[in-house]
Amino acid sequence: MQCGHTGRNLIETNAVYVIVAREFKKFIREKSRLISTLARPLIWLFLVGGGMSKLVSFGSGISYMQFIFPGILGMTILFSSIFSSISIIWDKEFGLMKEILVAPVSRFSIVIGKALSGMVISVLQTIIILMLFPFLGMELSILSILSIIGIASLLAFCISALGIIVATFFESFESFGAIINFIVMPMFFLSGAMYPVDKLPSILKVITRINPLTYGVDAFKHAIFSDSSIHDFSLLTDLTFLVISSIIAVAVASFLFERKG
Amino acid sequence: MSIIKVENLSKDFGSISAVKNVSFEVEEGTIFGFLGPNGAGKTTTINILCTLLSPTSGKAFISGHNCKDEPSSVRKSIGVVFQDTTLDKDLTAYENLLFHAYLYNVKRSDRKARIHDALHFLDLYDRKNDLVKTFSGGMKRRLEVARGLIHKPRVLFLDEPTLGLDPQSRAHLWEFIVKLPEMHNVTIFMTTHYMEEAEVCNKIAIIDNGEIITRGTPTELKKTVGGDVIYIKTSDNMKAGPEIEKLFNITVNDKNGELYLTVPKGDALIPEIIRTIGEKVLSVRLQRPTLNDVFLKITGKQIREENVSSNDTMKNAVRSYRKKFDRN
Ligand SMILES: Nc1ncnc2c1ncn2[C@@H]1O[C@H](COP(=O)(O)OP(=O)(O)OP(=O)(O)O)[C@@H](O)[C@H]1O
Ligand SMILES: [Mg+2]
Repeated sequence: MQCGHTGRNLIETNAVYVIVAREFKKFIREKSRLISTLARPLIWLFLVGGGMSKLVSFGSGISYMQFIFPGILGMTILFSSIFSSISIIWDKEFGLMKEILVAPVSRFSIVIGKALSGMVISVLQTIIILMLFPFLGMELSILSILSIIGIASLLAFCISALGIIVATFFESFESFGAIINFIVMPMFFLSGAMYPVDKLPSILKVITRINPLTYGVDAFKHAIFSDSSIHDFSLLTDLTFLVISSIIAVAVASFLFERKG
Repeated sequence: MSIIKVENLSKDFGSISAVKNVSFEVEEGTIFGFLGPNGAGKTTTINILCTLLSPTSGKAFISGHNCKDEPSSVRKSIGVVFQDTTLDKDLTAYENLLFHAYLYNVKRSDRKARIHDALHFLDLYDRKNDLVKTFSGGMKRRLEVARGLIHKPRVLFLDEPTLGLDPQSRAHLWEFIVKLPEMHNVTIFMTTHYMEEAEVCNKIAIIDNGEIITRGTPTELKKTVGGDVIYIKTSDNMKAGPEIEKLFNITVNDKNGELYLTVPKGDALIPEIIRTIGEKVLSVRLQRPTLNDVFLKITGKQIREENVSSNDTMKNAVRSYRKKFDRN
């Protein structure tokens, strides 16, 4: 931790650190939020995955429950990253945002701080979900666990940054439902999380192609399954897309923050 | 030396002119009061000074830095207590201050000491590890003042610091605020529409409908109203009235069985009155002009109606709505 240094930094490490630390502290303090965010993936995995696996079957010895596991990871990250970023609206409504905006901190640092907050919380949840793995009859090497965590970080950062863009357009929490219905749910279903992308009609396919979650889920499939027939893109494509969209999202979010405050 | 300088500042929101061609200066180390009724443009002016809004026209400077063009220099030298609370209620008092210390890049070695000093100064040290959501309104306000001091700002903005507090908490908070310029070497810019609170200010500007209608020290302003009023009850008003009129060459009026007269220095005159018509006097009281009278005289209306204005009702509605959420 660097401190006491006041130059014309592009990024203020102290500020970024404390924005993340606050989010993290609140997350672990709020038991109900922790439990509910962990319950959602479990419910999907065992109720949806368990039910559907009787109907759908894949070759190559992968059960449906196993097939959707990368999607469940993606869902966990999608929800926790979006929630984390959307908390900006909460901060605006209850005032803390003003305290941050009036401080000598660049808007870029605020965006990075918020995106990293979403990332830290999402990765924490990913790790907890990963502990469920032995129950699904799959074994993961240390290498694939590390790559899952790496991909999770990148994906969570990207989605959190996109969430910040969304949050800059809303002043009050009333729009929360709309955000979930019109942004989060479509992102989830049009990502190949629940079913292979190539089975979708072509209009929807276009959306899957610009949805970062598609690439995140695909990257998880690379890390989890050795069978190459199950993914749609190369790992390099997945990672490149995520990196580029993260950079664009952070740039746009910083611009919007600077303009609207 | 002027630490705040505002030149022909205006701010429009669409067709509403919230601030109209306002100019003033604030001397370093003083308490400056910005008074005015609801919607006068006080908060808008503060928001421009603290870099959250850019002016439609005109300029504002804080220690020589232009609020619009050098926001980061301005932000470093100011602390702000906003009209509506900006604390994180899910963090403790200490954590809120620590958050602030990091945001303002307070040196690691100073952080703890500064937070403890501020908590001691505002009498909150014992509650430092309690979640802010368990605090009363007055405590939250004090915590915000404490927070505003952590980074040793040169100017501290207090936007309606006592709004919504009971009289006791208000008095308690003022005890701390009046000590700030000397003890913390900071200039105070405060707004209020409790006129009596503005008595502590060194200088006052009264704003109405976005325009500054008068300014000066509290004493100067009150002088413009025409002086003190002495009320006298006597055993025989019919005789005492003309007697006083003759002796001091002043008009004396009779209202509800009480004589009253307006004079520049009431406290000096009372002993003389008693000396001359002493045996008839039953009671004497002196009413000094208030800042409220100043506002009344200039605008012809009260700055703050005693009954709750619709604006306040709205604020209270918003507050209770917020409280509902704060529990989460
Ligand atoms: N963001 C905004 N958009 C549109 N109008 C605004 C905005 N902010 C303030 N106004 C208007 O500008 C005027 C001045 O508002 P301001 O908040 O500065 O008043 P104030 O003196 O602080 O009042 P109060 O004592 O109620 O806090 C009001 O008419 C208000 O409706
Ligand atoms: Mg106001």
